[in-house]
Amino acid sequence: MPEAAIAPTADERIKETSRLRKALIRPELGGICGTIIVFTLFLIFAGDSGMFNSQGVMNWSIVSAQFMIIAVGACMLMIAGEFDLSVGSMIGFAGMMIAIFTVTLEWPVWQGILATFVLCMAFGALNGIIVVRTGLPSFIVTLATLFILRGLTIYLPQVIERRTIIGGIDDAAVGDWLAPLFGGKILRGLFQWLGENEWIATFQRGNRMGEPVIDGIPMLIVWAIVLVIFGHIVLTRTRFGNWIFASGGDAQAARYTGVPVNRVKVLMFIFTAFCATVFAACQVMEFGSAGADRGILKEFEAIIAVVIGGALLTGGYGSVIGAALGALIFGVVQQGLFFANVESSLFRVFLGVILLFAVILNTYIRRMITGER
Amino acid sequence: MSTDHAPIIQMKNIEKHFGSVIALAGVSLDIFPGECHCLLGDNGAGKSTFIKTMSGVHKPTHGDILFEGKPMHFADPRDAIVAGIATVYQDLAMIPLMSVSRNFFMGNEPLRSFGPFRLFDHEHANRVTMSEMQKMGISLRGPDQAVGTLSGGERQTVAIARAVHFGAKVLILDEPTSALGVRQTANVLATIDKVRRQGIAVVFITHNVRHAMAVGDRFTVLNRGKTLGTAQRGQITPEELQDLMAGGEELVALEGSLGGTV
Repeated sequence: MPEAAIAPTADERIKETSRLRKALIRPELGGICGTIIVFTLFLIFAGDSGMFNSQGVMNWSIVSAQFMIIAVGACMLMIAGEFDLSVGSMIGFAGMMIAIFTVTLEWPVWQGILATFVLCMAFGALNGIIVVRTGLPSFIVTLATLFILRGLTIYLPQVIERRTIIGGIDDAAVGDWLAPLFGGKILRGLFQWLGENEWIATFQRGNRMGEPVIDGIPMLIVWAIVLVIFGHIVLTRTRFGNWIFASGGDAQAARYTGVPVNRVKVLMFIFTAFCATVFAACQVMEFGSAGADRGILKEFEAIIAVVIGGALLTGGYGSVIGAALGALIFGVVQQGLFFANVESSLFRVFLGVILLFAVILNTYIRRMITGER
Repeated sequence: MSTDHAPIIQMKNIEKHFGSVIALAGVSLDIFPGECHCLLGDNGAGKSTFIKTMSGVHKPTHGDILFEGKPMHFADPRDAIVAGIATVYQDLAMIPLMSVSRNFFMGNEPLRSFGPFRLFDHEHANRVTMSEMQKMGISLRGPDQAVGTLSGGERQTVAIARAVHFGAKVLILDEPTSALGVRQTANVLATIDKVRRQGIAVVFITHNVRHAMAVGDRFTVLNRGKTLGTAQRGQITPEELQDLMAGGEELVALEGSLGGTV
């Protein structure tokens, strides 16, 4: 059919929408605006505090990357119409299991990590199966998991090791083939070369004199970038992505057209658990220890990042890129307040305020899209 | 009966019990290609249960379903869709937050190979959606327009166009006009007529006799889980249909007291 025949005839009752308005109706809008505002503010108030030299950038990038890893999972799950409140507990539990497997049971680190991934993803699957089978709100089901996993994370090391922090994982990880995938750094050669050419800061004295201060990109950041790209492509460019939107938008309508809604939801719960385990594995490899209190409140931080990123709490709408920007805003503000010498407890105040703004903005955008009044 | 006019679906003596409730007590119906078969009945007559049995949502307690002459046992709606029985539900046809093109291809996403990956072919989806909407007389701002911005009648039309595009042989419409205004109803009825002319069997569920008379070829009335018979177009008046739906005498008495306005 020729192009001209396809072009729709204009309906006089539909107002021309401006390009600007069209550009505004994007899930990422809040995230983009927030990112610009946050960077502008900190450039003005903390521009000379070291926040934007190579060390400072690395500092908030790592924190943002942590948020991003769990935000990607939470985002895709929320678009599929469900929540996972057990993410924070899952992080603590996964870290503790890696420690128990490798330190207490003295398994090779790779085996401990893989076993932990299997175990945690099984818990994710269990969350999902209970939610789709019973039809209960995921809020309640995963709240139960939150307490169960946190309780186990505190109980197990006390019974086995008589303490709540298990260290020595870094020693066990030396020479392991899988551990560098979570605890290593990449592009060391590049940074070495940049340092030799004095394009980036190097140590001026001490036993590391001449080495660059930033000697590589931590795998944590690599994981964050890979997961964001993966999530974005799956969501916007694949058949499964369409199913995710459909499952969250209206599960019954999706079922009627043959979308396997239950499978989509369970897979998203598993993916969320996977992201939490990646977070935990990176953290454990970095610190060399696992603590029973790791990951507390992370589920809410992930959900807030996702909401700032433009996803609707009711499901069916959102963006992984938006969630990543939400995570970036988080990291920059949390570390930026420190650089700007502002009392760090104000971070929570900021969180609450920005969450409220984001939710109001999202509701408004949703009305614009659907034409509701 | 010639092979051209063999029924596409035969529902034989369908019974459906939910616990102690008998929703369908032996309903039989033949549906032919290219006809618009109206299924009428008051609320609670068993219309919904009956079409859900036809579309694979419910399994009949007793009775047989023959599709193109062969017995069919649908395990779920997906089986019915694959066989060519598509259902458009009144409120559950579309997802408002998703674009028209994403909705149109929901469950049937076109794929394009990209190296080892198989990606959603948005270009193809958008092109097909625009041309199909054009055929149905709906002007879209663009294929990425959200379904939420369409009117109720337009949503029904998109859902019908979608079912036809993906090869439906039987199209079941569950009260497509009950929530619509006059003009939108006319549009949907015109769409039904277009679809019927393509040789697709349409099962049109309604409790509005005038809507049924406008497009129907045959009329079957359900009452309290049973058929009260099937009539050809021209063999029955709207008043007779109305009486059958309400179960006969009571409405005659009621109608008298209302001055014949019902």
